[in-house]
Amino acid sequence: MSLFAVDGLSKFFGGVRAVDGVSFEVEEGEVFTIVGPNGAGKSTIFNLISRFYDVSAGRIFMDGKDITDIRPDEVIGHGIARTFQNIELFEHSTVLQNLLVGRHSRRGTNFLQNLLFLPSVRAEERAHRHEVEAIIDFLDLQAYRDKMIAGLPYGVRKIVEIGRALACGPRLLLLDEPASGLSVEETQDVAYWIEDMQKDMGLTVLMVEHDMSLVNQVSTRVLALADGKPIALGTPAEVQADRNVIEAYLGIEEEAA
Amino acid sequence: MRIHQKTSYDDDINLFEDRRQALWYLALVAGAALLPFAVSGYFLGEVTNVLILAIAGMGLMLLAGHTGQPSLGHAAFLACGAYMEAWLNNRGVSFLISLPAAGLFAGAVGAIIAIPALRMSGIYLAIATLAMGIVAEDVIVLLEPYTGGVSGTFVGAIRLAGFEIDRYGSPSGFYWLCLAITVLVALGYANLLRSSTGRAFVAIRDSEVSAKAMGINIARFKTLAFFLSCFVTGLSGALMAHFLGAFNYEAFLITISIQMLLMIVVGGMGSIHGAFFGAMVVGFLPQIITGIRQQITMTAIPGLDTGIFAAILVAMIILEPRGLYGQWLKTRIWFQLFPLARRDLFRRHKSYLKTERLK
Amino acid sequence: MEVAQLLLGGISVGCVYGLVALGFVLIYKATESVNFAQGDLMMLGAFITLQFVNTAYWGLPFWLGVLLAVLVMAVVGYLMEALVIRRLFGQPQFAVVILTIAIGFVLRFAAGFIWGHEPLTLETPFAGRNVALGRLVIGVDEIFVIGATVVLTGTLYLFFARTRLGVAMQAASQNQLAAYYMGVPVKRIHGLIWALSGGIATIAGVLFASRGSIDPNLGLLGIKAFAAAVIGGFGSLPGALAGGLIVGIVEPFAGRYIAAGYSQIMPYAIMLVVLVLRPNGLFAQVQSKKV
Repeated sequence: MSLFAVDGLSKFFGGVRAVDGVSFEVEEGEVFTIVGPNGAGKSTIFNLISRFYDVSAGRIFMDGKDITDIRPDEVIGHGIARTFQNIELFEHSTVLQNLLVGRHSRRGTNFLQNLLFLPSVRAEERAHRHEVEAIIDFLDLQAYRDKMIAGLPYGVRKIVEIGRALACGPRLLLLDEPASGLSVEETQDVAYWIEDMQKDMGLTVLMVEHDMSLVNQVSTRVLALADGKPIALGTPAEVQADRNVIEAYLGIEEEAA
Repeated sequence: MRIHQKTSYDDDINLFEDRRQALWYLALVAGAALLPFAVSGYFLGEVTNVLILAIAGMGLMLLAGHTGQPSLGHAAFLACGAYMEAWLNNRGVSFLISLPAAGLFAGAVGAIIAIPALRMSGIYLAIATLAMGIVAEDVIVLLEPYTGGVSGTFVGAIRLAGFEIDRYGSPSGFYWLCLAITVLVALGYANLLRSSTGRAFVAIRDSEVSAKAMGINIARFKTLAFFLSCFVTGLSGALMAHFLGAFNYEAFLITISIQMLLMIVVGGMGSIHGAFFGAMVVGFLPQIITGIRQQITMTAIPGLDTGIFAAILVAMIILEPRGLYGQWLKTRIWFQLFPLARRDLFRRHKSYLKTERLK
Repeated sequence: MEVAQLLLGGISVGCVYGLVALGFVLIYKATESVNFAQGDLMMLGAFITLQFVNTAYWGLPFWLGVLLAVLVMAVVGYLMEALVIRRLFGQPQFAVVILTIAIGFVLRFAAGFIWGHEPLTLETPFAGRNVALGRLVIGVDEIFVIGATVVLTGTLYLFFARTRLGVAMQAASQNQLAAYYMGVPVKRIHGLIWALSGGIATIAGVLFASRGSIDPNLGLLGIKAFAAAVIGGFGSLPGALAGGLIVGIVEPFAGRYIAAGYSQIMPYAIMLVVLVLRPNGLFAQVQSKKV
């Protein structure tokens, strides 16, 4: 059985069909990428999975469980973490604190214990810190550990976002355009990290991305969308060769093709 | 300049950076505890007032400064604490019970207010709390059987473990009581901030969407922030009741609420220190102004305190948005680096208008 | 008949609330700053008019005094933006809220220092004169207030719809960056919006003063204008006027038919209900933040 699946997912904003009957399954351990022109509904799918939007139709399944009607803050409890296309970090906190917020869903103490800072809280803090340090090492963020987000360059912020999602300890990681705005070198780093996450950490990745070199390098399968509808599904090479995809991107008329 | 070498995770988890810093704070508390032996009763009363304001400031800071939910009606919770304390005290209840009861009452009211407040953010919340503060004034008058209406109410001496503590009869005792509560509240506050609860509050302040994605139950944590904030403000209100001795709704006017918010902004938003700095400004500024006025033999001008305070605030927001605490940090770094500090060290990043219309 | 009398009084007070709310929404729409000092600008405008007009002061003709006061307050509004508010460009909305609250305190202190804290009455040509319409007695001041509001609203509408500057202001309020690229001087526009808002506040102040006395705490009336703005929805200029009228009309009826002590809560109660049920006001459309 697949790890994650959406079935007939649809989202209508008034008369606009942003996502229209999209179904796909993500197998455990694969990197599944959604591509498509601007406005194809890629980010909307992410926001539906994160439960920021309510679905108009269709169901979402994680690990066989229907998660279509849960609250946004319960999504992480099912092992799904995400990053945001336009960085949504906690601006006035340090990198370390941002990553520690990622551990929130694993907290085992309540506010009264926190208020008194009981030994159990200290033990928990140490354990969280241990986990977070592993991520800092993995993403080479040591130099930025105690820096405020507000003063960091764009490229570093993007990586902190990935780190914060990793800190949640997910099984399925949603990456919303991880390479947008990054330099070629930084994009290459992201590609290596995604490969490591998949191979060494055993994570499953669901990604939205425009950068085709990154898509080709890391993706197991690619789903192409246009106008909210799926138009092709297959390996990166298959999808790129697909006639519908070329039309959607280049807008070639039927006759001309 | 000292280089701080961290050797274990505990260095970041502990309350104080190192032993030296811990000793400084210990010395500060010890000095404060010895104050009654050094100063006059009048001055001690002023310092007591500052402590009570600082507790109220910490209450509001938790909500406005750390959770990002500005409240312009917090005097209502001062009132909750004050009237509950007076009511219980006048029925012979021990302070050990009446103080927490006053806090819990204010906290409960705050948690109820939080239910509609959950749906609002930013400017709407500010205006709603402003309206709530105005309505509270009228409610106090309407609840005459409990509050004494327009004429107000009296509160007797504090009964605590066989002692009677009165603001005038035993000013040192009352001061020590306030100091102890201040220290306890500050410790609890600092503990929250260094654990997951505090991080969740700050996360909600900086990005609600992300906080949700990280698994933070926004409704629960906002309600918790309201509860804790109002609880602490209620404690302050209970102490204020004893400080005033007799009071009516005029002690909790909407202008007091607004001043509370201005106070923590002057002190420095988003820091516990800020609540203390702000309380010192609000507590001591009138004294300083009176002192200066007597020096230059100027006649009293009504509203001068507030006018000057507001003018300082305007200058502060433009020049140093992080408040007095931010200024304090800069001064400290300047001395540590002396003579190497450069102007650019503190340069603020230029930012562009971030729209807050789309929520 | 009594209902008509109450209604008329309510409408004329509502016009004042509406105008203050209008100035407030104008600034919010164009600059995203929330001006908590709008009520205090109204207070200052009323006092400056009084300074020009009253015989105890300079004793200028009424209409000349009003005109001069509007001009002075427009300059005050412009300077407030240029010297203070502009320096917070890019800071969170909350900083501006605090800043304008503080400015309000400063203005209140300044007015108290100059004109004292005792209530003063503006000398108007129509004070105490009434027109009888059947059994209905209408104060000339009420007619003046309602008429002035209608004229001002119409002028503003024409200004925004027909003049180049008005259209530029609209553009700047829709999308600052795009407007800037299209050659709209966004900063100057912001200054002018504040100037316009100062002028409108003055007219609201004069209208208020024509019906009663004024003192430096008059600015607290601005809070009712917030209620009006919220009921109308922050983004909507007609909404602000409508909200003002709702608050203005509810007040006298609540005072008449609801027990004392409860009646003055009504405007805020309505506002809170609106905020809870429709957090973005009765007349506004909202968009959700995109992630």
